[in-house]
Amino acid sequence: MNLTLHVWRQTGPRDKGGFETYRADDVSESMSFLDMLDLVNEELTLAGKEPIAFEHDCREGICGSCGMMINGVAHGPQKLITACQLHMRSFRDGDEIWIEPFRATAFPVMRDLVVDRNSFDRVIQAGGYISVRTGSAQDANATPIPKPDADRAFDAAACIGCGACVAACPNASAMLFTAAKAAHLSYVPQGQTERLDRALSMAQRHDEEGFGNCTNHGACQEACPKGISVDYIARLNRDVLKGTLSKAGSTSGD
Amino acid sequence: MELNARIPDHPIDQMWDRHRFDMKLVNPANKRKYEVIVVGTGLAGGAAAATMGELGYRVKCFTFHDSPRRAHSIAAQGGINAAKNYQGDGDSVYRLFYDTVKGGDFRSREANVYRLAELSLNIIDQAVAQGVPFAREYGGLLGNRSFGGAQVSRTFYARGQTGQQLLLGAYQALERQIHEGTVQMHVRCEMLDVIVIDGRARGIVTRDLVSGKIEAHMADAVVLGTGGYSNAFFLSTNAKGCNVTATWRAHRRGAGFANPCFTQIHPTCIPQSGDYQSKLTLMSESLRNDGRIWVPKRAGDDRAAGQIPDAERDYYLERLYPSFGNLTPRDIASRRAKEMVDQGHGVGPMKNGVYLDFRDAIQRLGKAVVSERYGNLFQMYEKITGEDPYEVPMRIYPAPHYTMGGLWVDYELMTTVPGLFAIGEANFSDHGANRLGASALMQGLADGYFIIPLTIGNFLAEHSRGDVDENHAAARDTVREVTQAQERLLAVKGSRTVDSFHQELGRLLWDHCGMSRNESGLREALAKIPELRERFWRDVTVPGSGDTLNQSLEKAGRVADFLEFAEVMCWDALTRDESCGAHYREEHTTEEGEAQRDDERFAHGAIWEFKGVGEEPVRHREPLHFEHVPLSQRSYK
Amino acid sequence: MSRVVSLYRSSVGKKSLMAVSGIILIGFVFGHMAGNLKAFEAVGESGVHPLDSYAQFLREVGYPLIPEYGLLWGVRLALLAAVGVHIVAAYQLWRQSRAARTRRYHKPDSQVFSYASRTMRWGGVIIVLFVIYHLLHFTTGDVHPDFEYGSVYQNLVIGFQSVPVALFYIVAVGALSLHLYHGIWSVFATLGVQNPRVERLRRPLAAGLSLVLFLGYVSVPIAVMIGVLD
Repeated sequence: MNLTLHVWRQTGPRDKGGFETYRADDVSESMSFLDMLDLVNEELTLAGKEPIAFEHDCREGICGSCGMMINGVAHGPQKLITACQLHMRSFRDGDEIWIEPFRATAFPVMRDLVVDRNSFDRVIQAGGYISVRTGSAQDANATPIPKPDADRAFDAAACIGCGACVAACPNASAMLFTAAKAAHLSYVPQGQTERLDRALSMAQRHDEEGFGNCTNHGACQEACPKGISVDYIARLNRDVLKGTLSKAGSTSGD
Repeated sequence: MELNARIPDHPIDQMWDRHRFDMKLVNPANKRKYEVIVVGTGLAGGAAAATMGELGYRVKCFTFHDSPRRAHSIAAQGGINAAKNYQGDGDSVYRLFYDTVKGGDFRSREANVYRLAELSLNIIDQAVAQGVPFAREYGGLLGNRSFGGAQVSRTFYARGQTGQQLLLGAYQALERQIHEGTVQMHVRCEMLDVIVIDGRARGIVTRDLVSGKIEAHMADAVVLGTGGYSNAFFLSTNAKGCNVTATWRAHRRGAGFANPCFTQIHPTCIPQSGDYQSKLTLMSESLRNDGRIWVPKRAGDDRAAGQIPDAERDYYLERLYPSFGNLTPRDIASRRAKEMVDQGHGVGPMKNGVYLDFRDAIQRLGKAVVSERYGNLFQMYEKITGEDPYEVPMRIYPAPHYTMGGLWVDYELMTTVPGLFAIGEANFSDHGANRLGASALMQGLADGYFIIPLTIGNFLAEHSRGDVDENHAAARDTVREVTQAQERLLAVKGSRTVDSFHQELGRLLWDHCGMSRNESGLREALAKIPELRERFWRDVTVPGSGDTLNQSLEKAGRVADFLEFAEVMCWDALTRDESCGAHYREEHTTEEGEAQRDDERFAHGAIWEFKGVGEEPVRHREPLHFEHVPLSQRSYK
Repeated sequence: MSRVVSLYRSSVGKKSLMAVSGIILIGFVFGHMAGNLKAFEAVGESGVHPLDSYAQFLREVGYPLIPEYGLLWGVRLALLAAVGVHIVAAYQLWRQSRAARTRRYHKPDSQVFSYASRTMRWGGVIIVLFVIYHLLHFTTGDVHPDFEYGSVYQNLVIGFQSVPVALFYIVAVGALSLHLYHGIWSVFATLGVQNPRVERLRRPLAAGLSLVLFLGYVSVPIAVMIGVLD
């Protein structure tokens, strides 16, 4: 199939940037979306132009590197996948495809489709962990964890940190990302001690990084390649409120 | 090149414990005076940086990714082994040790492997304490499965995303230390060389991938956790960014490279669908627990899978290996698949795969059970191929996956360059000629959490802290050399893309130094690689400049190193004139068609010394002694 | 107090204050609606319309323990405070979100989310304008063609006999219902209610309450327009 691509090009964080139009010819439907961009880049390179910068690594939907808006949708038209798992059989001959970077103040564009998502790392630094020293752990089976709790913890922990939730949110909020990590750690007994402090400091950091606030649209859940549920946001909200309203800082949740 | 493995003189089951007592300690107050560089933030690097930060060292940690959470450890699906014996099925540290040495086809160091098996226990405890959501039984205790040819259930797993969950555990520990200020994190910063001063590693040279700035970072010790080199083959299951640059640069600076020809091919990957393809996708080996592998008996059979009756199907693994069947080790399963395809039994549009069929499992267990076990993998397969594995059998084919070879290290994980350490897949230590399933995560974490944080103290306690800084002549020289190499790449302005060279190299290696090798093929490769390298430096085109984010330039540097590295890989395969584990020389086969080891001549690790680009490297040996696991021919019949 | 301040500092806290003030306002609009429906009650022996006597009751409830108009003004002040908190927090949150994405996407967002959730902010503005009009219309009478203090029923019928005014009320009540639909649904998430049984009821509850509210409110102007009330 032959396609027309409108791709956001921007040389650096301070450049204004704009769309450029390219043709992608003889695209096979079994190509992945990123294979198709590789193809365009090979042609650009041979034509002496700079290829389109885009982030990618594992190309199997788990590293969370790739992320772009494809026709206005984070990771493109298919549900529950990342851009690297999108295959060209989702498109038709003659289609026009608009490709843009994830847009958020907290995700400044570095170049073309590459954005800086270190704000996510700083949200984790604020408390997205269990404070345990290496070597100080008890036997792994000393504390049984009910399977439903372990399963819920896993569902939340499946987040790949790609930023699609922020990109899709009309408020550019990262509450789904923040809530998923807080929820993961709140479902396991090891995470209880720091639970409310964690919720408070992660939510605070979230605001400080310049993300918007959640207005319960649910666009994040729709865009999430791992199907993480907005219910975790309610859980985070509760822990934040509880933490703020309880007198002492270090109290555990329910 | 001096190769002293420094194996402590203690009985193997007390060796690590007593060696920990023997090692010198750094006074807690002094630890913060020492700077340690960690390159790479996968399981090994991330765990090492976090733990050394906890201990009080000043850690500078580097990754070329945008975040320390992206390293390819994240893609490991199946699980992590540990000799917990929670299933009470007869597992023990000794059994895990034994299985690993035997599975590695007797080309690993017993002392290191025993320690790995011991530490496997601590890893699971540590991960659970961090909140890693391992699979659990209804009673709330940890679940296990048997994996990749093991006869006990010792594999811990978190659905099909064990690597992800373990990496996020290490990443969170690392972020905690970054928050505490003990670790200084440098993201989007690629290591391009090691600075060696007076024979000791004292720092690294990096390129800031955003600003393009090339600069030196000094430290009292350098730890490389930079992964493996399967991407030498271009098409592999590794992430696109995986590369040999860090370990190759260390090698050029004097670190011996051990067993580079030990490259593992994973049997269950999705076959290539066209020339444009950029990487191969691995499907978890756990699929072999319930899927049956077959090809049509008649070569060139074009019928759809469902139209081929059972009598005309060849379930070749079940036929050849009645006791292990579809669960034979990776190297054997891979080679048999290649043979089937080479003999014309291949299936799929490009005739480049074999079937992995769940028809019988669905009949026996019901679709619901199969879906619970493998649902996400089936979905992934369908997304990529457009075929529904509940209806038609999957097609699989082997692909380069993991590299057992790597920088030679001693018992303390130090390379032949004092002060330079290698951990995880970047070193060669524990897997011999073949890695067992679910052992990579175990090794990366054992190295990172439990070994390097202690052994580095032993080194630092014995060595003076540095009074060297970025202005040292050696540091400035190294920065200049890196800068010049980059300028050379940009100046070629030829007519071919970096990827086209990488693809050409990959095909050459796959054909001659891939799943099976022979002398004439290897000699041909050794003749062609220098010629390809010469064409690369004459005709490659790298658009853009060095002072911006330039992904073509990043790739070009990595491919340039692969083009040098490929030669030593072929030298190693050529000179190891035996078959063992994943290294299969067609000249050395048993009557049954299995790898024929030659313990008389090759019960050693081969360690290569760099002599210059295009010069024949020098081969050294570390003899291997098998006192606990008697040398025997593997048999999976 | 310091806890309320620290609550207000975080966006989660601001949203929780919006939720709490929203619940107060929801209580009010339902009470108000119930009062409105007295318009349909027949005139009793006293000859005073029940709506008028209800209004009179509101003015003097609790007298002499609390002064005349006391409770009415108390409630009015509480509502004013709730509206104030709701609007100020909404404004500040809107500023935060606007700053969080300064450049919009070229391709409009095609993710699915409800019309109600998209229109919360503009819906809120429309409701504020409507409330001001409504107060000038039926409370102070400034924009009423023939206002008579105390004759609530008569004012109402005359007011709604103007078709454009009645239609405006219907549209405004529609906006209010949409606002409440997403608002009621959101309250649970914002305040962290996380019970699976509640979760199942969230959507129907939000839809049901907003529908009841819509029907309850529009019944009066429609009844006037078609002549059931005169």
